[in-house]
Amino acid sequence: MEFLPLDRWLHFMSGITWIGLLYYFNFVQVPAMGAALADKDGPGPAAIGKYVAPRALLWFRMASAVTWLSGIALLGPETGKAFALGLTEGGTLYHTTIGMGAWLGTIMLFNVWVLIWPNQKKILGIVDATADEIGRAKRVALLASRTNTMLSIPLLMFMGAAAHGLPF
Amino acid sequence: MNPLDSILGTIISGVVLTIALTAVINAIAPAM
Repeated sequence: MEFLPLDRWLHFMSGITWIGLLYYFNFVQVPAMGAALADKDGPGPAAIGKYVAPRALLWFRMASAVTWLSGIALLGPETGKAFALGLTEGGTLYHTTIGMGAWLGTIMLFNVWVLIWPNQKKILGIVDATADEIGRAKRVALLASRTNTMLSIPLLMFMGAAAHGLPF
Repeated sequence: MNPLDSILGTIISGVVLTIALTAVINAIAPAM
């Protein structure tokens, strides 16, 4: 068995889990929470917050860590040249392209662990927060999540383009 | 309004960023 193909497989699976849940939050859960809040006769958003969101966030943040670590393992000795976007001795277009993806993924990992997760803990009541703090946490978490959705679009293009070529 | 306030604005921003970053790559690639 070869390490790199297995690690690439793990990278794809964890990456799909991460970005799939990111899209779930942005395209399904956030609009659903809004609809549930607006529906005065409905069951409300409490069950989503209690039973769904914590589980989704657990898989989301663990998948983000596995994706990043397996990505660094894939780059191996090329990591430095990739993060330098290929502009060093021996750098190639491969390093520039995969490096763009690696930078975007690293920024997204930062957003998950530094902006989204600590603020979601306040929103979901996992840590104590005042109403003002929760209001601010909702804004920061939403913008960080939407930013990651935006960044995932070039990320996926660059990750694929590193091996298969840029589309334009 | 922040384009990230809407899903459509988020997707459009992502596509614009993709095109901009690709232009950067195409500009620096000949230097290698």
